[in-house]
Amino acid sequence: MIPNDVAITPELISEHGLKPDEYQRILDLIGREPTLTELGIFSAMWNEHCSYKSSKKWLRTLPTTGPRVICGPGENAGVVDIGDGQAIIFKMESHNHPSYIEPHEGAATGVGGILRDVFTMGARPIAALNALRFGEPDHPRTRHIVSGVVAGIGGYGNSFGVPTVGGEVNFDPSYNGNCLVNAFAAGLADTDKIFYSEAKGVGLPLVYLGSKTGRDGIHGATMASAEFDEDTEEKRPTVQIGDPFSEKLLLEACLELMASGAVIAIQDMGAAGLTCSAVEMGAKGDLGVELDLDKVPCREEGMTAYEMMLSESQERMLMVLDPARERDAEAIFVKWGLDFAVVGRTTDDLRFRIRRHGQVMADLPIKDLGDQAPEYDRPFVKADRPKPLSPADVPARNDISDVLVKMLGLPDMCSRRWIWEQYDHLIQGNTAIGPGGDAAVVRVEQGPKGLAFSLDVSPRYCAADPLEGGKQAVAECWRNLTSVGAEPLAVTDNLNFGNPEKPEIMGQFVGCIEGIGEACRALDFPVVSGNVSLYNETNGKGILPTPAIGGVGLLPDVSARATIAFKAAGEAILLVGETKGHLGQSIYVRDILGKTDDRSAPPPVDLGLERRNGDFVRDEIRAGNLTAVHDISDGGLFVAVAEMAMAAGIGASLTPDTALPLHAWAFGEDQARYLVTLLEKDVAAFLERAGKAAIPAARIGTTGGDELTLNGAIPISLAGIKAVHEGWLPAYMAAGAEL
Amino acid sequence: MSMKSGVVVFPGSNRERDMLYALENITGAKPQAIWHADTELPDLDLVVLCGGFSYGDYLRTGAIAARGHIMPAIAKAADKGVRILGICNGFQILCEAGLLPGVLMRNAGLKFVCKEVKLEVANADTDFTRKYKRGEVWRCPVAHGDGNYFTDPETLKRLEGEGRVGLRYAEGTNPNGSLNDIAGILNERGNVFGMMPHPENMIEPMNGATDGRALFESVLEAVA
Repeated sequence: MIPNDVAITPELISEHGLKPDEYQRILDLIGREPTLTELGIFSAMWNEHCSYKSSKKWLRTLPTTGPRVICGPGENAGVVDIGDGQAIIFKMESHNHPSYIEPHEGAATGVGGILRDVFTMGARPIAALNALRFGEPDHPRTRHIVSGVVAGIGGYGNSFGVPTVGGEVNFDPSYNGNCLVNAFAAGLADTDKIFYSEAKGVGLPLVYLGSKTGRDGIHGATMASAEFDEDTEEKRPTVQIGDPFSEKLLLEACLELMASGAVIAIQDMGAAGLTCSAVEMGAKGDLGVELDLDKVPCREEGMTAYEMMLSESQERMLMVLDPARERDAEAIFVKWGLDFAVVGRTTDDLRFRIRRHGQVMADLPIKDLGDQAPEYDRPFVKADRPKPLSPADVPARNDISDVLVKMLGLPDMCSRRWIWEQYDHLIQGNTAIGPGGDAAVVRVEQGPKGLAFSLDVSPRYCAADPLEGGKQAVAECWRNLTSVGAEPLAVTDNLNFGNPEKPEIMGQFVGCIEGIGEACRALDFPVVSGNVSLYNETNGKGILPTPAIGGVGLLPDVSARATIAFKAAGEAILLVGETKGHLGQSIYVRDILGKTDDRSAPPPVDLGLERRNGDFVRDEIRAGNLTAVHDISDGGLFVAVAEMAMAAGIGASLTPDTALPLHAWAFGEDQARYLVTLLEKDVAAFLERAGKAAIPAARIGTTGGDELTLNGAIPISLAGIKAVHEGWLPAYMAAGAEL
Repeated sequence: MSMKSGVVVFPGSNRERDMLYALENITGAKPQAIWHADTELPDLDLVVLCGGFSYGDYLRTGAIAARGHIMPAIAKAADKGVRILGICNGFQILCEAGLLPGVLMRNAGLKFVCKEVKLEVANADTDFTRKYKRGEVWRCPVAHGDGNYFTDPETLKRLEGEGRVGLRYAEGTNPNGSLNDIAGILNERGNVFGMMPHPENMIEPMNGATDGRALFESVLEAVA
């Protein structure tokens, strides 16, 4: 019996985010009242963030295997074979709640956490991306959050030395009280040198590596599993503080240690710190774990067992070490100026036992904490499927040029240069396509291979129809990778939703998962890692459902990549794919017509068509037939042409399809479409190949000049739209500085 | 045509791999990585202090590294005429160590900036720029938060008068507010050069241009 000096009251249980039935389950499991430390450990392991208790049932429905998949979900990150004995290891993870409370440190430690997930497995990080959602621009906190999040991401990644090569940004009122910061990282490793977290062997030393433990981040994971209210500001102490310098040292020390052969298993300390890492390592390996907290390097004096077990201090790792190599291992960490301490050992009794000052502070069944945590089948209600919007029912605007100009300067559509110029996107010298393209491309060291990365989701589509929205997020990601000439390999998902205890929110979650699963199966695009972030609500109002998809693709030869910029005047512009003028949930309807209550259907996703059109375009890129390629997404065809023109400083003249109303042709958001350019002499043969493959393709214009001209409309100066497109974000942020 | 080069690695250096790769790619010889805790340098023609955030930039950029174990050996090598090249954090370290005059302050825009700029060769008669032409403008990326070069009027006058400004930001691309658009400067003797931009990231067609190669080829020719 462990002495209990703190009374476990219902209030204390509730403060730990545990429901009465969950507490009863604890009592049933251990047959006595838990100590405060034990209550803290249960709270850390059974919260939504760590246990996936509401989502697990549905996550199991996703396809997670494929011929290239070396390791799917359940490890620190997913591992995919890219040939030649090499693997790409990647994952995306949210840091939403901390980033809202303290934008700079919240975002920075989000980046730090995802980088650790990748290098824990033995990979050197080669790319970072981020998917960000902010509140409406006029909301008083938005500017502060944008500024802090961007500085935090840059501050961490730039110092650590990973290129931040892409991402996406949206502004929407639903994120006013709950921004989203989803950080993605990918690293490169040899397939025979990948490290896992499953502990193996009884009586082996558990080694603590990295920075010292402090009182920061206590209860971070529990905080991330709760809704926000007016008292959110008071939660600032739960946010961790990032130290990219230590992380860079930890990277180099870990890679050196792994190369030495001393590592049996390794796990980073992320959410719920020492508790989660130790329990996961033991539970996965069917082993018990004993920790002596007196051995843990501490930054502050007098830390209790409770504080040490729940601290989320950053830049720490836990490792099972080959005891014969302890001295060599320690020497490596001393060389890099990092802490190295044997803090425990593995046992054969499946208990998680913690000692402090020689006294047992916790003694719990490890499997029930870890892989046998509670699981819920939450009730859900699916909304009725919305009806499509006919182009004829959407008011036309005669001033089509003005519409384009306005569109290119919208918060959701304008250039993100102000953000990505604060990120070092060139370090490591392998960036072949940086931010601003369809997908980022990073050369695999020594070449000629390249890897493509893209993060995508259209939350307004998911809100209108979770199933189609889920499909579309995957399809757009697949299309973006295809647009640079990559073969899409696999994805990681970051599922951001509101409170799953509300059946309608759970309905959004289930619908999106079904859509993602359907698309991933149809496109042979398995999910190899991911993260779920629920309870993204403030004062009872949820965010738009935002299941961000992070895709990775492979280019056999990075020099054969395609980019969006027009290459020369006098080239043919062709449209691949079919245009029906689908305007439901379009930027045109929402932002130009100002119809924010659009309840119509988002564009339907025909996965067979996606695949056929995409495979055709990729083959054409790889054959060297195309001079520029751009996928068509938000804002539609006219916006895509403008983006290609602005990237090049070369204009275009377009001939619209007269079978459709002009606004539907120009701004419809039909899926599975690409714009491509070719030399004039190659057009006939291209159309013949498309015809033979039954791929819809049509000439829509010619590049040249310094304007965009549309039949019968006023020419639009490129310089003018570029100024608008580049101008919004810097002007918005500068306006904040004057306040 | 062989050159013995080395790249100093401090805790927090992060462009050492870029630099090692560039040196090998351009000179054809494998450069050495030099550990900051060493107190002696091997026999080298060129010592590079690379980019990064040595010691996390936690005091002032370059301030802690400038007092590192290896620095006396670097000062000694500089005295002997060995070419020393400091890029970005390396430039900051050289200034903090007193091997180059002046300081690099926070960017005028107060933000980290990563973008391509234009560099004008202000003096082509140096060991680091001789493969360019005077007045030639070339493309090069920058990636820094503290690149705003500043010095007292007297020193500035001397730098300009003695042709010790090697590179200047051109065509309105000064990204950080540097005095006189200064991007790179030499010591009195002409064997120590510091610059904020990253020529090592502009050496292959995939980088968008190969304009940075000539800087390394200049040193290669100078030591031949």
